[in-house]
Amino acid sequence: MELINKWPEYHKKDVVSHYCPGCGHGIVHRIVAELLEEMDLGKKAYLVCPAGCAVLAYLYLDFDIIESAHGRGTAIATGAKRANPDLFVISYQGDGDLSAIGTAETIHSANRGENICVIFINNAVYGMTGGQMAPTSLLGQSTMTSPMGRNPEVDGYPLHITDVVAQFPGVAYAERVTVSSPAGVKKTKKAIRNAFLTQQEGLGYSIVEVLSPCPTNWKMDPVTACKWVDNEMTKEYKPGLLTDKREEKRKEKG
Amino acid sequence: MDKVFISGNHCIAEAAIRAGCRCYFGYPITPQNELGEYMAENMRKSGGVFLQSESETAAINMVIGAASTGARVMTSSSSPGVSLKQEGLSFLAGFEFPAVIVNMMRGGPGLGNIAPAQGDYFQSTRGGGHGDYRTPVLAPASVQELADLTVKAFDLADKYRTPILLLGDGMMGQMKEPVVFPEPVSDFPEKPWALRGRGDGPSRYQASLILDGLAMERHNWKLVRKYKEMAEQETRFELYMMDDADFAVVAYGTTARIAKGAIKRARKDGLKVGLIRPITLYPFPDKILQKVAQQIKNFLVFEMSTGQMVEDVRLALANERAVIDFHGRPGGIIPTPIEFSRVIHRYYRRM
Ligand SMILES: Cc1ncc(C[n+]2csc(CCOP(=O)(O)OP(=O)(O)O)c2C)c(N)n1
Ligand code: SF4
Repeated sequence: MELINKWPEYHKKDVVSHYCPGCGHGIVHRIVAELLEEMDLGKKAYLVCPAGCAVLAYLYLDFDIIESAHGRGTAIATGAKRANPDLFVISYQGDGDLSAIGTAETIHSANRGENICVIFINNAVYGMTGGQMAPTSLLGQSTMTSPMGRNPEVDGYPLHITDVVAQFPGVAYAERVTVSSPAGVKKTKKAIRNAFLTQQEGLGYSIVEVLSPCPTNWKMDPVTACKWVDNEMTKEYKPGLLTDKREEKRKEKG
Repeated sequence: MDKVFISGNHCIAEAAIRAGCRCYFGYPITPQNELGEYMAENMRKSGGVFLQSESETAAINMVIGAASTGARVMTSSSSPGVSLKQEGLSFLAGFEFPAVIVNMMRGGPGLGNIAPAQGDYFQSTRGGGHGDYRTPVLAPASVQELADLTVKAFDLADKYRTPILLLGDGMMGQMKEPVVFPEPVSDFPEKPWALRGRGDGPSRYQASLILDGLAMERHNWKLVRKYKEMAEQETRFELYMMDDADFAVVAYGTTARIAKGAIKRARKDGLKVGLIRPITLYPFPDKILQKVAQQIKNFLVFEMSTGQMVEDVRLALANERAVIDFHGRPGGIIPTPIEFSRVIHRYYRRM
């Protein structure tokens, strides 16, 4: 009999997750671990985990990992990849991390076309610090620091950072996906596989934005949170391919 | 190796490459631009990494990334930019990653000016960023010493697994002097802790978050033990005309050079003055000060600041009943040896 649902080699066993029930982080961790095994990349993988709920990712993921100061993931990833191009470098970041405090690092690592993969967990709040407004929070969304709902007059508008960097010539691959349904999880795995292939082929920067539930800070049960991703978040952040310049990049490389 | 006539900034860059520095990340700021420019030309030529980052914050985090893989890595800046690096320095210290950080100080606070100053002594020697750590600081006073201490900085960084600050100022960076460069370093220490992919072994991680208070406390004391060992093994200073002196000037870097000129003049006038020049500012050479204080009771601290190192001198001599005076010219003013010799005369007469 063939074992189909095998425990991924690069995910630690017998660990109790600190993630809340219904959180998207754990799903994405598992996808990363599965892909590193399937694509035989785990032995040279180097992941930067953020200041954010995923700060303890090394408790679960079983390959080399470093923690980053809040927002600086792609700068650390840049340094590691430049110093050691044989490494397979991933920067794993939340939306506060990547699109608020780390905006400059995000924009410039993308613009340089660093040959790294960015996994961007967009849960429309600051999860770790208790549910404050993020640049990605939806208009009207009530958070700890927008208790009356996000008001564009004082809080500005939801930031579409992945759409911004997708315009850059250095960004070879960008896609937005969800992990709020089985179909979404499958698409997420496919998108991250493409991102990994991009780095493997040396084609430059890739980013996958994952719309991800945070039931705790949204004050919802996990099922309602998944529905909120599907029905509300996707209205603002449309899932789909944002750019795929891999063919061009292949030609450029010759 | 022949003597070459080279500026301080170029000299640091060349010495770093010879020390096996493979990666340089930096952001332009006067008065140390020539350092990055030299790296841009020569680091890439030799197959190394030069990257002009989007900010000093990004640069120091690139340093963290490169250092984590075991590479010898450097960044350089001047005062305002070094302020931006402080978060990263705190992480480097906590991670115990080796790296060399150059600060060619300028006048401040704020944008200040681009003239030489020594106002970042506190920031350099007290940790500078958040949390309970220190950064060892080397303070050269000639271009030759810049070369030697740059190489030394990489060795110390690797040996003690710590970021090392090389502290100069605008004058040290701009002035040209003859230098004999050390031979290129070819054997480097093993770094079994470096993250290079797990390969067939167990996975590793470098965590900065240590939620368990007792574990964090253990980590803090571990760093302290390392600093203590450095204080015993690595403290450096120079004594100049101290043999028969009855009055000691204490100065580092550029002010130590000026002090030497002033002391020569004062000696011609018959004043028995000498110089104690700390080369490591952290660990501070307090033992030699205490030893000198057995013979000499009068000390004059001279800085291009409103008085920062003088506090370390006072701490070192707290139990010695010494008279400690201070002369400072902050803000980018470079005092002349003539000016300072007058100051020496004034305090010497009072003795
Ligand atoms: C310089 C700095 N500022 C603030 C913080 C506090 N902080 C930690 S995580 C975080 C936000 C995390 O939100 P996000 O990036 O969206 O990730 P999530 O927790 O939602 O996965 C903040 C503000 C910090 N660690 N460092
Ligand atoms: S707070 Fe939100 S993002 Fe953080 S673990 Fe809980 S559900 Fe996940």
